[in-house]
Amino acid sequence: MLRRGRLNLMTIPARRLAPPCGMTSASPMGLISAVSSLANPARFNAFASRATPWLVGATALVLGAGLYQGLFVAPADYQQGETVRIMFLHVPSAWLGMMGFVIMAIASVGVLVWKHPLADVSAKAAAPIGAAFTFLALATGSLWGKPMWGTWWVWDARLTSFLILFLMYLGLMALRSAIEEPSRAAKACAILTLVGSINIPIIKFSVDWWNTLHQPASVIRAGKPAMDSSILIPLLVCALGFTLLFLTLHLVAMRTELIRRRLRTLRITTAAAAFVPEPAE
Amino acid sequence: MTGPHFGFIAASYGIGFVVVAGLILWTWVDHRVQTRALKALEAANPRRRSAR
Repeated sequence: MLRRGRLNLMTIPARRLAPPCGMTSASPMGLISAVSSLANPARFNAFASRATPWLVGATALVLGAGLYQGLFVAPADYQQGETVRIMFLHVPSAWLGMMGFVIMAIASVGVLVWKHPLADVSAKAAAPIGAAFTFLALATGSLWGKPMWGTWWVWDARLTSFLILFLMYLGLMALRSAIEEPSRAAKACAILTLVGSINIPIIKFSVDWWNTLHQPASVIRAGKPAMDSSILIPLLVCALGFTLLFLTLHLVAMRTELIRRRLRTLRITTAAAAFVPEPAE
Repeated sequence: MTGPHFGFIAASYGIGFVVVAGLILWTWVDHRVQTRALKALEAANPRRRSAR
C-alpha cells in the first residue's frame, strides 16, 4: 500500500490505508485491515497517544497486584523456600527478553520484504527494552542460582544461549549506531536480527535438547504446568503486568523514534534550504 | 520473607527496581527531549509542520 523508497514519516495521509467500503472491524478481514491501518505512521501516532495513558494505568494495576501476590501472598516453595519469590521477577523478564527479539524479528521481515519504515521504528525501539529485560533475567537468575545451585553462573546450554541473546541485543544496538545512513542501518540490523532469531528456539528447547543445570520448562510445556496454582497465578499476573509495561514502553519509544526521524528530515531540509551555492566564475 | 536467603531476594528486587525505573526514566526523558526539539525546530520554521 505504501510507496517504496523515501517516506516522510508522520505526513502520510491516514486515508491512504483506510479499509475498503463496507468492511467493518467485526469481520476477520476488517480486523486485519484495522491492524494494518496502524502501519500508517500518522494513524499509529494517534492510536499510541490515546492508548498510552490506559496502558500506564493497566500496567500499574496489574504489575502492582502481581508483585504483591508474589511477595506477600504466595507460599514459600517446599524445596526452594523463600527464594522462589525471585521467580516472579526472573521468569517474566526472561519471557520478555525473548518476546522483544521475536518482535524485532517480525519487524525485520517488514523491513526486508515491504521496506516499511514503521517496521524499522518498531525494531529499533524494542531493542533497548528487550536488552534491559534480558539483563534482568540474567542478573536475577544468577542471584537465584547461588543459593539453589551453589554457583552464580554455569556454562550450560540455557544460560549460555540466554547470554548470547543479551550479546545479540548489544551487537544490534552497536551496529545501528555505527551506520549513519538510516536505510542501510535498518537493512543490516534486520538481516542480523533474522539470523540471530535462530537463538530463540535454541533458548526455549535447550533444557530438552541438552543436560542442563537449569530446570526444564514448568509453565509453557506439554500437559499442565508443573506448579501449584498458588504460585502459578501470581506468576501469570506478574508476567501480564511486565508485558503491559513492555508494550507501554515500546509504544512510547516508537513515538519518540518517529519524532527523531521527523527531526532528522526537517534538519536536512532546513540545511539544504539554507545552502546557497557560490556562483560559477 | 525473612530467612537465610533474604539478601538474594532483596538484591534481585533491588536490581529489578533500578533496571525498570531506569528504563522508564530513559524512555520518558528521551521522549520529552525529542518532542521539545521538534517543537523548537517547527517554531523556527513555521512553514514546515508535522502532519496530524
